[in-house]
Amino acid sequence: MKVNEVPQDIKNFKGGDKLRKLVYAVGKDGKYTGVNSAGWEAENFATRQAWDAMDETLAETEQKVKQGKLSPIAYFMQKCLMDEGLLAKYVGKWRWQVARHLKPSVFKRLDTGLLKKYASVFEISVEELVSFGQ
Amino acid sequence: MILDFKHYQHAHCESGVTTNLLRHEGVEISEPLVFGIGAGLFFAHIPFVKVSGTPGSSFRSMPGTIFKRINKSLGVDIQVKRFGTPEKAMQGLDEVLKSGKPVGMQTSVYYLPYLPEAFRFHFNAHNLVVFGKNGDEYMISDPVMEEVSTIAGEDLSKARFAKGFPEPKGFMYYVKDVPKEINFEEAIKKGIKKNCWLMLSPPLPWFGINAIFLLSKKIKQYPKKLTPRKAALYLGNIIRMQEEIGTGGAGFRFLYAAFLQEAADMLKRDDLARFAEELTEIGDLWRNFAYSAARQMKARKSDLVSFDELGDMLEECGVREKSFFKRLEKVNW
Repeated sequence: MKVNEVPQDIKNFKGGDKLRKLVYAVGKDGKYTGVNSAGWEAENFATRQAWDAMDETLAETEQKVKQGKLSPIAYFMQKCLMDEGLLAKYVGKWRWQVARHLKPSVFKRLDTGLLKKYASVFEISVEELVSFGQ
Repeated sequence: MILDFKHYQHAHCESGVTTNLLRHEGVEISEPLVFGIGAGLFFAHIPFVKVSGTPGSSFRSMPGTIFKRINKSLGVDIQVKRFGTPEKAMQGLDEVLKSGKPVGMQTSVYYLPYLPEAFRFHFNAHNLVVFGKNGDEYMISDPVMEEVSTIAGEDLSKARFAKGFPEPKGFMYYVKDVPKEINFEEAIKKGIKKNCWLMLSPPLPWFGINAIFLLSKKIKQYPKKLTPRKAALYLGNIIRMQEEIGTGGAGFRFLYAAFLQEAADMLKRDDLARFAEELTEIGDLWRNFAYSAARQMKARKSDLVSFDELGDMLEECGVREKSFFKRLEKVNW
């Protein structure tokens, strides 16, 4: 890649335009040099596609919580970009336990201590957690 | 207390932090040189290890490799520390800052609010330098950023104790001493040999050149095995690993070519300069692959021909890199 070929396609979503990363490109003298790049069409597309997919899944999950098919933990877990395995590590439980907590019937019976733990991992209040989707 | 620390922006976090810490100690060194001596170039594709639902790919060696190798090769005296609790980790950081040393550390990306949201996910092998504390705020030199940043102590503590692989556990490091004379020539040779070994030798399909051929085959099967949506997400993930922040373009290939060019100048070796040019061409092939893959994703057509073509493009990258590293390995020193 030559210096004049370094793409400057602005990544204008989720604050991506705030960072001009450094890439290495070959100058007229044939020597490598660091050049700032606003982004590249190909990469911007891939990043946006990945975020869109997550947003779509999150919207589906929100519906399921509202319909009583999943507990609010499922929604906030995805909102925080986690899966059951990672969330389990954060709350100090086994993966299968977290998987159970995604069931509304099990969620209703969780004690306050555990709800507090979940809420603090999600950086929200217990009230926000239990009332979501009601 | 804020230390007099000069921040330079770099392509990659680990080589960037190492470069800035060494420069702070008066060692004149560039990011490409650190990356090359640290044998940072790699390729891995592990289909059965899923990261957020997509097969894991990497264009770099294991996190921590560059840092470890550069210190061994250059004879730098580094103090490395891990902690049991966030409280102790923050206390440990404050003590070293008070002693006047900037501190490098491993963090999660997710808990760094100064990074744009677009780049924040649960990736735990990020590196940054803390060079000061002002009240409850820490001063951060993050090598992928143009300018220095600040972060609340609480956030930094979370980032240092993020869960999930690889768990940072408060991992931090600082330079205690650097040797008066550094034998760069020997370090460069060792780095190149090690990197050739990394790319050529692993007798497993998931690592080095083998993994490029593996991915090439897998991509050709995408239209048969995956929904168009999944196929697009899988391709997208490869592009992100290759081009999104931290690779310097073409999955570190340009960064490594820059290293070979600098090594050629330092050691007065024309052959290395030619290797640098060749790797630039190979890097351009990788860029071409990413560009074509993005076009395929946009169309979202699972027509077999274009996935075949994408697979062929990768195969060419693999063939070229195999020949490249086989010849680089045999260079007479």
